[in-house]
Amino acid sequence: MNAPPIVGIDLGTTNSLVAYMEGDRPVVIPGEDGSNLLPSVVALDERGQIVVGNAAHRHLIEAPDRAVYSVKRLMGRGIEDIRDELSLFPFRLADDLLAGEVLRIKLGDKTFTPPEISAFILRQLKRNAERYFDSTVTKAVITVPAYFNDAQRQATKDAGRMAGLEVLRLVNEPTAAALAYGLDKKDAATVAVYDLGGGTFDISILKLHEGIFEVIATNGDTHLGGDDIDNRLIAIALDDIRGDLGIDARRNAEVVQAIRKSRIDAKIALSSSDAATLDVALPNGKRYQREITRAQFEQLIQPIIDRTVGPVKQAMKDAGLSTRQIDEAVLVGGSTRIPRVRQLVEELFQRKPHRDLNPDEVVALGAAVQANILGGRSEATKEMLLLDITPLSLGIEALGGVVAKIIHRNSTIPASATEHFTTGVEGQTNVAIHVLQGERELAEDCRSLARFDLKSIPPMPAGLPRIEVKFLIDANGILHVSARELRSGKQADIQVQPSYGLTDEQVENMLLSSFDNAEEDFRKRQVIEARNEAETILSALEKGRRNSAWDQLTSRERGSIDKQEAALRAVMQEDECQAIRSAIDVLNSGTMRLAELMMDSAVGWALKGKSMETADVGEGPASPHPLAKAEIEKGSG
Amino acid sequence: MPLTDDKHDSGILVASPSKSTKTNCWSCGEMRAAHFCQTCGKVQPPAPVDYFAFFGLPYHLNLDGPQLEREFYSLSRHLHPDVNAVRTPQEQEWSLQQSSSLNDAYRTLKDPIARTEYLLRLQGVHLEEQSTAATEEARRSGKAKKQVVPPDLLEEVFELNMQLEEARMNKKMGEPDRSLERELHDQKKHLQEKQDGLMQDLHRAWNDWDAVIDSTDSALEDDRGAVLQRMMDVLNQRAYVRNLLRDIDEVLE
Repeated sequence: MNAPPIVGIDLGTTNSLVAYMEGDRPVVIPGEDGSNLLPSVVALDERGQIVVGNAAHRHLIEAPDRAVYSVKRLMGRGIEDIRDELSLFPFRLADDLLAGEVLRIKLGDKTFTPPEISAFILRQLKRNAERYFDSTVTKAVITVPAYFNDAQRQATKDAGRMAGLEVLRLVNEPTAAALAYGLDKKDAATVAVYDLGGGTFDISILKLHEGIFEVIATNGDTHLGGDDIDNRLIAIALDDIRGDLGIDARRNAEVVQAIRKSRIDAKIALSSSDAATLDVALPNGKRYQREITRAQFEQLIQPIIDRTVGPVKQAMKDAGLSTRQIDEAVLVGGSTRIPRVRQLVEELFQRKPHRDLNPDEVVALGAAVQANILGGRSEATKEMLLLDITPLSLGIEALGGVVAKIIHRNSTIPASATEHFTTGVEGQTNVAIHVLQGERELAEDCRSLARFDLKSIPPMPAGLPRIEVKFLIDANGILHVSARELRSGKQADIQVQPSYGLTDEQVENMLLSSFDNAEEDFRKRQVIEARNEAETILSALEKGRRNSAWDQLTSRERGSIDKQEAALRAVMQEDECQAIRSAIDVLNSGTMRLAELMMDSAVGWALKGKSMETADVGEGPASPHPLAKAEIEKGSG
Repeated sequence: MPLTDDKHDSGILVASPSKSTKTNCWSCGEMRAAHFCQTCGKVQPPAPVDYFAFFGLPYHLNLDGPQLEREFYSLSRHLHPDVNAVRTPQEQEWSLQQSSSLNDAYRTLKDPIARTEYLLRLQGVHLEEQSTAATEEARRSGKAKKQVVPPDLLEEVFELNMQLEEARMNKKMGEPDRSLERELHDQKKHLQEKQDGLMQDLHRAWNDWDAVIDSTDSALEDDRGAVLQRMMDVLNQRAYVRNLLRDIDEVLE
């Protein structure tokens, strides 16, 4: 059996997807319910089990305190960063959080960090892929918004690790989309990717040339997306309800969620029709009803989508290009379905944007392409190479709180910079370096990444030690720092204090606990699934024995079925899923004639006016097959 | 830095001026190219070299941009971490180092100003106040940056700063002065012409520098310092003009 492919994962604010390369085409792997999209919702159900996706969606309405959505907004952020979000999102933070600590969110009576919650989503996607391939999946490429900073990237990578995935690469979402679009492109072109998703906005400008995808500029806003549109609509509805009906529903999480759902439905409807009606049941039997026209909707969202214009212009300026020099504009992200957004992009680039690929899926498809580039190098991708850039400048804090930039934004990654430091006091053995990310002049306006403490510098007169520090941003956009003292040649000891992140040890602990909490590992699950299938076919056989068709079999046929049945019952006691499956297959083909006879007699009965149900055909071993997998019938596996 | 003298398909035509020694590939033992093995394709351990030497280029300032880009793409196909993702951890580490050196070198060399500043630094010339390097250096040391006004700009700059100050005030009050704005537009045009002139000066200095590098005549060695000084002056003036243009743009926006 071939090793399962490396999967590509789009870990989205609203929905998440997993995809892989099937031959030379990327395809999305559906979940158990047959859907390509896994809602990025996590809930703790009544039995204390974690549920993800549609199963968790129900809790959003029924028990909002046990469910969380849009957790991507919290990745790599501290409590002081998210004050604004808290007024808009029903995140319930742990009560004992300290400033500078990694956030923890309450689900029922438990608390989880954002990477842990993301890990639940990733684990579900991993399982979906494992079901699909019928083998374990351990390696993945995960996409992140291009404008994610170091801490947000690191948090995403941590989430992958907690989910039991080796994250081979973090790929920027707009770049991934370009890979998916560029699969068939052979000509040189300059492409702009406009990616407005559920919670983030990115703009990337790329140069395509003989299979090389070179990103030349990127910009964005990691807190701008469909969520903001929803929140605006919800706020207006709540105002309406208070004004017209005199009910303050803001603290009523259930009502807010009901409004949220109806608002989202309306938003979607308004992309294709001119008006939509909202209808929400309120607690005291009253209803809130209102029609919203597309014109009203567009007026409402204008200030939000206008916020994408600044980043687009900056990216064009950084790329040194005019709109004329852009050959193609590509739309990515669910929010680009809104006609007004498409119109804006058309105005910005003076051309009709592409939307041939499903904007919800294109990022995952691109991640699958990148996974294939990394792992397999199939014919379709062997000439392809992605050269991405860092979205934000990296700097170090100098005297007076100013930032000295050492790696500028839009530098191709991996990128590095070497700096020299010395001591200011005689005999000083430590030097502290504060590393920041951002474009502003003052350290306090930039994003603090980490404080590095260079230790055990040999005691020397002030200014004599020469400490060389190398800052390296890897292909994931994540910073690595190493240092050595040049006079002694000693590798300096660096202690890292990440400003907003988990230490390796913390990740390790969460990894273990997530495995402890895991209901079963993949192998065990396989055995259980195989046993369930065996039970199904055995019970179908029991019914067959009571059917008149049984008597029409020869005694040899009956004897052989008995033996096959006994063999299956024997292997079912063991933990070998392959053995169970082959025994099922043997019994299945052995009972083929029985099934045919049952079918014949059922048809006969039907002609006599009897119903199909009484013939029990549906559960005969061969017709609607018990081996048919859970994709078709929920709850059979 | 081991570099081969001969032409090979990664396009490096000229050997580094430093002594070139051929080394064998750590993996297959064949003679290898500088950064990756031409026989087995494996990434080689990185060696500390300057950016010109990384590309196997002489220390010329006139540089064939499209050729450099082709070379960059070609080396990326061998050195990038994505190409080496399924190799051993050691090879992945070398790939990371080599690829970051490649990107750093390309970023510096493709930009005419960054390239000139880099060469000056290699030649031990310390850049003066207006350069980006000097700005960063001043920030790092916490010293206030000296503003050295190029002498032939002194008068205009004084006038311009007054106008800028007035325009900023107007802007703040929300009372734009059209005639002042027109004057600033004229100033802007004038400074852009000045900037173009400086670029031409720079190109002339490049030609002289390249001649010094190519020459075996020891008499030309004396020109070396003079050419470097000229380039430094041009860069300083250019940076000054650039800052003025930025200030005008801010006001006119």
